[in-house]
Amino acid sequence: MSKYHVTTTVNGQSVEFLCTPTQALSEVLREELDMIGTKEGCTTGDCGACSVLLDGRLVCACLVLGTEAEGRSIETIEGVAQPHQMHPLQTKFLEHAALQCGVCTPGYIVAAKALLEVNPDPSEEEVRYWLAGNLCRCTGYDKIVRAVLDAAAEMRGAAQ
Amino acid sequence: MQPFEYLAPTTLAEARELLKTPASGETRILAGGTDLIVQMRGGARQPARVLDIKWLPESQRLQLDTDAIYIGAGVPAAVLCEHPELRTEYPGVVEAIELIGSMQVQGRATAVGNLCNASPAADSVPALFAAGAAARVVGAAGERWVPVEDIPTGPGKTSLAADEFVIELKLPRMPARAADAYQRFTPRAEMDIAVVGVGICLSLDNAGLVTAARAAICAVAPTVLLAPEVAEVLVGTRCDAAVLEEAGARASAMGNPLTDKRGTSTFRRHIAGVLTQRVAGVAYQRASQPGVAA
Repeated sequence: MSKYHVTTTVNGQSVEFLCTPTQALSEVLREELDMIGTKEGCTTGDCGACSVLLDGRLVCACLVLGTEAEGRSIETIEGVAQPHQMHPLQTKFLEHAALQCGVCTPGYIVAAKALLEVNPDPSEEEVRYWLAGNLCRCTGYDKIVRAVLDAAAEMRGAAQ
Repeated sequence: MQPFEYLAPTTLAEARELLKTPASGETRILAGGTDLIVQMRGGARQPARVLDIKWLPESQRLQLDTDAIYIGAGVPAAVLCEHPELRTEYPGVVEAIELIGSMQVQGRATAVGNLCNASPAADSVPALFAAGAAARVVGAAGERWVPVEDIPTGPGKTSLAADEFVIELKLPRMPARAADAYQRFTPRAEMDIAVVGVGICLSLDNAGLVTAARAAICAVAPTVLLAPEVAEVLVGTRCDAAVLEEAGARASAMGNPLTDKRGTSTFRRHIAGVLTQRVAGVAYQRASQPGVAA
């Protein structure tokens, strides 16, 4: 199968890769770019483990073809923390024990970060609706929702 | 996933030329990919070529002109839902689109994709039928505007020729004292597929009488159904309780609903009636109070 040459931006850095047309963006990130923070769960767009931002828009990377990334801007879990400093969402996920096996966590962090960028003060209901596309089979969701609400409160405090 | 050739034309002329070129198998059109990529990965569709229409500038258009609203085939649901004027003018279309999938799916899924995927339970499609939307069909031979209700012909099947695709939708500008609404029934509030869904669009005169009505129902037949027999009951009325009851009864009689894991045929008929009454009531209320629709 012929390969396609794709030039894109991942977490602010220009990146080039070769991919086959059948490789999803999630596979490209993990297998061609060695960025394994983005997880593959269902590969049908139901679980949200592969959540990334494509031109600032929250999407499932398993439902984007690698070839579609040409000229676009991608943000992944690897771009969330600053060097030696975790994002408040990451800190709060640890504090609230909002993860157990951790496979869903990168997707939750990326999706929750996207929420807090458009809505810094979400209600619990808004958090639950926004995160309805992310599945967690360990925590029962409550700790995740609390961690997101707590991170939102801390980020609002820091912004003042 | 079966290997395929990825085509990314940047002009309509180029897309037409590509569609004229013989291929070793089917050519599928890629818009948001939230249905197609899943179908390809599962083996339900194995196209020889995938033509991505999102590189066409026309597919990215979201424009409110004086005569019509244009929604490109590449505009994701999230962009439509964030558009305040579209939500004010077509609250029913926007609330239907907003029900499709998760935030992640909304970031990719498109209204044109929802129409052309031709699911009998597609949420935005009854609202688009009720809105009187038209689809701009582009093919190797030329292009034409087609009423959206003429596009789906069965589950996963459309009236489009092998060398045709829909590049955008056109909705008439909503007149004064007119509004639409959409509701569906699902066992859970989020991330589910409609058991039944109803879209209704009403225009009123200054006395509050319905002058024009369009209604459509999903998931009671192999395609979404336009429901003129429901709409005609509403015309000339103020949508009072007796009128709504008759409209609901007619909706319950429509189609040939399946019994499946989401509900029995009898339940679907019942729900079609209940939703028709509610949705007509909401559309009437919105049309009576222009500007507060959202």
